[in-house]
Amino acid sequence: MSMDSLKATFFAECEDLLDALSEGLAAMSDGTADPETVNAIFRAVHSIKGSGGAFGLEDLVSFAHIYENVLDQIRAETLDVTPAVMKTVLRASDVLAALVEEAHAETGQQPEAMAAVKAELTALSSVGGASSESGLEDAFSFEALPFEAIELSDLGDLGDAGELTGDARYQITFKPERALYENSHDPVILFMALADLGDVVVECDTDALPVLADIDPAESYLSWTVTVSGDVSREEIGAVFEFVEGLCTLEIALEETETLPPVGDAVEPDGAVDAPITAAGPSEPAGKARQSAPQSKRPTLRVDPDRVDRLINTVGELIINQAVISQKVVASGIAQNSDLMADLDDYGFLARDIQEGVMAIRAQPVKPLFQRMARIAREAGDATGKDVNFVMEGEMTEIDKSLVERLTDPMTHLVRNAVDHGLETGDERRAAGKSSQGQLCLSAEHRSGHVMITVRDDGRGLNREKILAKAIERGLVAKDAKLSEAEIDNLLFAPGFSTAETVTNLSGRGVGMDVVLTEIQSMGGRIAISSEPGKGSEFSISLPLTLAVLDGMVVTVAGQTLVLPLSCIIETIRPRTGDIRPLGPNGHVLSIRGAFVPVVSLGAILGLDNSCVDPESSVLVHIQSGGANPVAVSVDDISDQRQVVMKSLEANYGAIPGVSAATILGDGKIALIVDPDAVSKMAIEADETPITFELEI
Amino acid sequence: MTTSVLAIDDSATIRALVTQTLENAGFDVTTAVDGQDGVDLFQTRRFDAVITDINMPNMDGFGVITAIRQNNVNPRVPILVLTTESGQSLKDRARAAGATGWIVKPFEDTALVNVLRRVTLGAG
Repeated sequence: MSMDSLKATFFAECEDLLDALSEGLAAMSDGTADPETVNAIFRAVHSIKGSGGAFGLEDLVSFAHIYENVLDQIRAETLDVTPAVMKTVLRASDVLAALVEEAHAETGQQPEAMAAVKAELTALSSVGGASSESGLEDAFSFEALPFEAIELSDLGDLGDAGELTGDARYQITFKPERALYENSHDPVILFMALADLGDVVVECDTDALPVLADIDPAESYLSWTVTVSGDVSREEIGAVFEFVEGLCTLEIALEETETLPPVGDAVEPDGAVDAPITAAGPSEPAGKARQSAPQSKRPTLRVDPDRVDRLINTVGELIINQAVISQKVVASGIAQNSDLMADLDDYGFLARDIQEGVMAIRAQPVKPLFQRMARIAREAGDATGKDVNFVMEGEMTEIDKSLVERLTDPMTHLVRNAVDHGLETGDERRAAGKSSQGQLCLSAEHRSGHVMITVRDDGRGLNREKILAKAIERGLVAKDAKLSEAEIDNLLFAPGFSTAETVTNLSGRGVGMDVVLTEIQSMGGRIAISSEPGKGSEFSISLPLTLAVLDGMVVTVAGQTLVLPLSCIIETIRPRTGDIRPLGPNGHVLSIRGAFVPVVSLGAILGLDNSCVDPESSVLVHIQSGGANPVAVSVDDISDQRQVVMKSLEANYGAIPGVSAATILGDGKIALIVDPDAVSKMAIEADETPITFELEI
Repeated sequence: MTTSVLAIDDSATIRALVTQTLENAGFDVTTAVDGQDGVDLFQTRRFDAVITDINMPNMDGFGVITAIRQNNVNPRVPILVLTTESGQSLKDRARAAGATGWIVKPFEDTALVNVLRRVTLGAG
């Protein structure tokens, strides 16, 4: 196993541990933590520290060490978990996560908050007092290696003995106790280790041996006198006996040296065997610990994502193949009730089962994402001085792993916005008759083939007057425009829009809500806003369950079959006379509910058909995607609505403007999947005529 | 004959590190993911040495040592504790429970191998 794969193991493990940490801390702040939760939290930090040391991650290890001390005190109940302590502990988990991230990215930077949080932790650990197991007196050191430290407690006065040069001669008297053998030590091994240091003479004292009949085989009867001579220090000899300290009577005496006072310090057995075991840490019986950890993780399998992708691709082929066979069988005129058809149906069900199973491999609960958002909300709350209560609902809802990753940025933006703009300050909230703590709720649920993720706050709600004024000021809408509430809300997604009068250090990071919209739509999703003044706002994101399968509308254009992603379609219209109005020499606009939408011929845009079709005789599909303005594309016919398996064109052919991918339909024909975003843009570019119309956004 | 070692640690990273280090040095390594797993595995075959972490779910390292020392089979196996704590109290506690020795994390490859060789001289 190479260093790289070791590191990969480490970072994957860190991810799991950080999740366990967040989860445990969440339970702690809810007050639902039991002792095992606190143990699990401690272990998570402890493991990160332990493994991090192996890679020389000093910042990480030293931070984790201080953090662990505080957690250990909480575990030992020498430190009360006040809200202030909880806050520090939560912030520390954020810093720890950031440290892992920095270490992974190898930026060599330290997280901003590290020094401050470290100081807070240090202050806390001195409040609680050092506990016995990992207390501060242990002075954790990175270079700590066995053999370096001399543990024989009575050798403290021999500080300079190690610097002796030249030959020295030590006489060692060694009398093992029974416990020494019980701990699997063998005097012979110790003598061999001494022999590595210098010349050794070993004498065995058998006086204590009883007569054969009285011998207890487990008892210790023998003692030894060993003389070691050579260029050897007392530390080196002490190190040999490091592990047996307390399990024997040991004297190490330096002979033939004038410089030091005679030493014959007996290292008395300090009664380690009988000593009361210092009760720190997980001292509960193992059986009980097992009981109280019912949710202990089942073993998981880590698989290279490429392999899963390959499998998904193959399953996609299988589904297509099944559709092709079905269609051919039907075409060959075999009776619907024949055995073959029944078998074919089974084949179809099995293929879909496999597909669902494979998709489930990639499915992940949104919980880690939500936990990350909890951190973001805390940071945002800290930065703006707002007290935020973060609530998760449906966090075990599973979505495709690739979606989890791609949701991070848009969700971060929404959560920051909610805290920064949505929630009021404590004073404002009290004045409005609300509790001073703002509520921020993230929820996820499955809804008929889609997953709904919402970010909801109970803040001031959207200020529609301000939004409209800003949009007019920016020239996004006409001065006298009459917009519905929903239309005003949607202005937030218009490119370059920002409601904050001054850019705060939180939300104003150069990306607007338009980027959020674009990102969500690129995942095949939609986002909607609902807001009530004084009560709060809700942003709901609806996503397809997977990226590999697309809900599409199958249309025909100039004899070609094309697929339009359902997520971009607002409605389909068969226009009546008068709905279409000419504009310019060749252009048309569609009048729909008082707004005008440009009409474009999909065939013309894609270069399939250059003849000028009569828009009134064709079917119009009203689409909107990304930050682009809505357009009505004309198609010849709508033939079907179905799920299609997406196949990348770029890998095998090349990128085609206006086309995002291809799919194979049931009849074996290839259909191109239209990229609505690109089509809208191409339509506007193609039309050089400057047109002004009332936008429906 | 190859010396066989049972390495018990809840951290996948440490398991991988220990395995790599010891296999390179010619040991035969079996890993267990927590204390209970380790004790269960210990019953299944003969090991020449055990390396265990202390802080683990489902039975900690002290529990492992106690269980092995009270076991009917091979109770005198050398047991090394692998720990991040360099404090004396932990070592005393480990020794009292029956540990043969300890190694402080982060460990140097050679240190781990040397300590293990030292306690398993009689084995194999």
